[in-house]
Amino acid sequence: MSSLKPRLAVWKFASCDGCQLTLLDAEDHLLEVAGAIEIAYFPEATRGEIDGPYDLSLVEGSITTPHDAERIMSVREMSKTVVTIGACATAGGIQALRNWENVDEFLTIVYAQPQYIETLATSTPISDHIHVDFELRGCPISKYQLLEVIDAFLHRRKPNIPRHSVCVECKLRGTNCVMVAQGIPCMGPITQAGCGAICPAYDRGCYGCYGPSQSPNVDSLAAWWRGLGVPDVDLVRALRTFNAYAPEFREASDAYER
Amino acid sequence: MPMNVEREIAVDYLARVEGEGAMYLKLKGDEVLDLKFKIFEPPRFFEAFLRGRRFSEAPDITARICGICPIAYQTSACNAMESAGGVQLTGGLRALRRLIYCGEWVESHALHVYFLHAPDFLGYDNAIAMAADFPEQVQMGLRLKKIGNQIMSLIGGREIHPINIRVGGFYRVPTKKELETLVPDLEWALEAAVATTRWVSGLPFPEFERDYEFVALQHPDEYAIHEGRIVSNRGLDISVDEWGDHFEESHVSWSNALHSRRKGGGAYHLGPMARYSLNSEQLTPVARKAAQEAGLGSRCKNPFRSIVVRAVEIAFACEEALRLIDGYTQPDAPSIEVEPRNVVGHGASEAPRGTLYHRYALDSGGLITEAHIVPPTSQNQLSIEDDLRAYVVGRTQLTDDQLQWQLEQAIRCYDPCISCATHFLDLTVERE
Repeated sequence: MSSLKPRLAVWKFASCDGCQLTLLDAEDHLLEVAGAIEIAYFPEATRGEIDGPYDLSLVEGSITTPHDAERIMSVREMSKTVVTIGACATAGGIQALRNWENVDEFLTIVYAQPQYIETLATSTPISDHIHVDFELRGCPISKYQLLEVIDAFLHRRKPNIPRHSVCVECKLRGTNCVMVAQGIPCMGPITQAGCGAICPAYDRGCYGCYGPSQSPNVDSLAAWWRGLGVPDVDLVRALRTFNAYAPEFREASDAYER
Repeated sequence: MPMNVEREIAVDYLARVEGEGAMYLKLKGDEVLDLKFKIFEPPRFFEAFLRGRRFSEAPDITARICGICPIAYQTSACNAMESAGGVQLTGGLRALRRLIYCGEWVESHALHVYFLHAPDFLGYDNAIAMAADFPEQVQMGLRLKKIGNQIMSLIGGREIHPINIRVGGFYRVPTKKELETLVPDLEWALEAAVATTRWVSGLPFPEFERDYEFVALQHPDEYAIHEGRIVSNRGLDISVDEWGDHFEESHVSWSNALHSRRKGGGAYHLGPMARYSLNSEQLTPVARKAAQEAGLGSRCKNPFRSIVVRAVEIAFACEEALRLIDGYTQPDAPSIEVEPRNVVGHGASEAPRGTLYHRYALDSGGLITEAHIVPPTSQNQLSIEDDLRAYVVGRTQLTDDQLQWQLEQAIRCYDPCISCATHFLDLTVERE
């Protein structure tokens, strides 16, 4: 008997598994979600497989091999809606640091027999390869935002995912600005909200897990950091982490490297 | 099944493991012609791009190797940098590092016991299907997992890729009152873990034992989690910085993760069964009693029964967490100063699936010039293949479907984290 519930598929490309784990970490809601949706393909959680087409595909990870560049095409063909989840899928992830280097050299640093390994010279976001209906950012994503996206999909509405900066979340949370009050370098002014502004609440500067916010003013942030005595090389490092290849961070890191 | 017919069993994408792996078996009658546990997860080159990063960045960057056990990566990286800098955490800082690790054990083990492993024994494809017939157990598993996550979130800021771990300690330390909010849930979790042990000890286990070399950390005062010496049941007893003198890695064509073996020896086995077999005397009282009642004895050599050991370790982690909270005194400062320069540092800790070793060379500016990360799953690959080869013997009369499912289950006994296994490895040895 085939169910009339929408079919969900969860796909993995180059990644750490943390974003798909977020779905299982929604402990209080997992059985509810499973009641509203048919989990048709989710190898991390189930041995069973129901063939496509799928109504909603969640895609984790970036494209780093020739085989995966083909596989993502078939995911698109089988899926009505594709939502990418996490910094790897939306920006190429930390593994996109190879995009600035010679991947053959990387191969020989890590592997004794580079000829056994098939890899591309770059790590790229899913949207470089196929049309993506919605990108959910974060390293890792927020489980509340994930549930919001699934719910929005079920009710055919636009997900309510703000693109403003972490600063707004600090204000909402009542956290004093760590950069102004404590002189701690913080990426919050140029980083998209969504995490709940955790780091400043723990006396730490934001380190950019959710990627660039809408229209980030990196030059203003750079001036602030210089004022705190942080050399540009450290700003470049801060921009080149999990969302290094997101266009705004990439261009800024290249500009400040010169 | 006629004796001389060749059969192939191939699983192209293993389910209910973390990451992308496959299995291939070729049989002729009772004879195994070829058997491979394959890891095709794409490499991410962490060890390459860590070069040039600051020593202080290693915990946050290496956490991204694995979303299931980020604390293990952060802890092993911190241990390496702190040993390079000649400092050691003590008092409340040490207690917090151990406490957050207890949270990771509870979260990861509960996920494996209830979601990845138990459905195999009961014939379900997944825990959601299992929930229709075993609603109480699945609810219990979800709540246990949530409590593990709560410890991680309270101390670490969030459960996946916690933000509050740094070389030398933390950014902000919790008050005793904050930690005490965890106590009622942990008391429930301890009872639930005992009930879990009882439940899983009654699952049907195949008759199958192997004579493993078990390797795990050991500590004189406690069941080792976050630090210790590396020991085995065959006389190995070394400090973490001697790892490279006793273990070696090789690169085979069918795996993107390097195979490890004892130098001059063979496969070894890491994880809950190894820890239990080497350190069970040091378990906390309730956990030890649960193990006895489950009939575990002093050693466990049947990998299918690792699910019981995991349940015992959940009980231990809850009991230990309660003890740590009870004895906690908030440290005066959230971290201690560490400035490693021109030095090599080694660190290890017990990830839920086994010993995770890191080694870093640092230059005069504290920048990483070389990184070497050896995750437990890559070290267990040989042991997994040996298990599969041994398991097939005497079971070739099974149908392909039966044999395939049982072999998949044998792999899942290791709770393999393939995402971890693939992303590293700095390698020196190639074997014929």
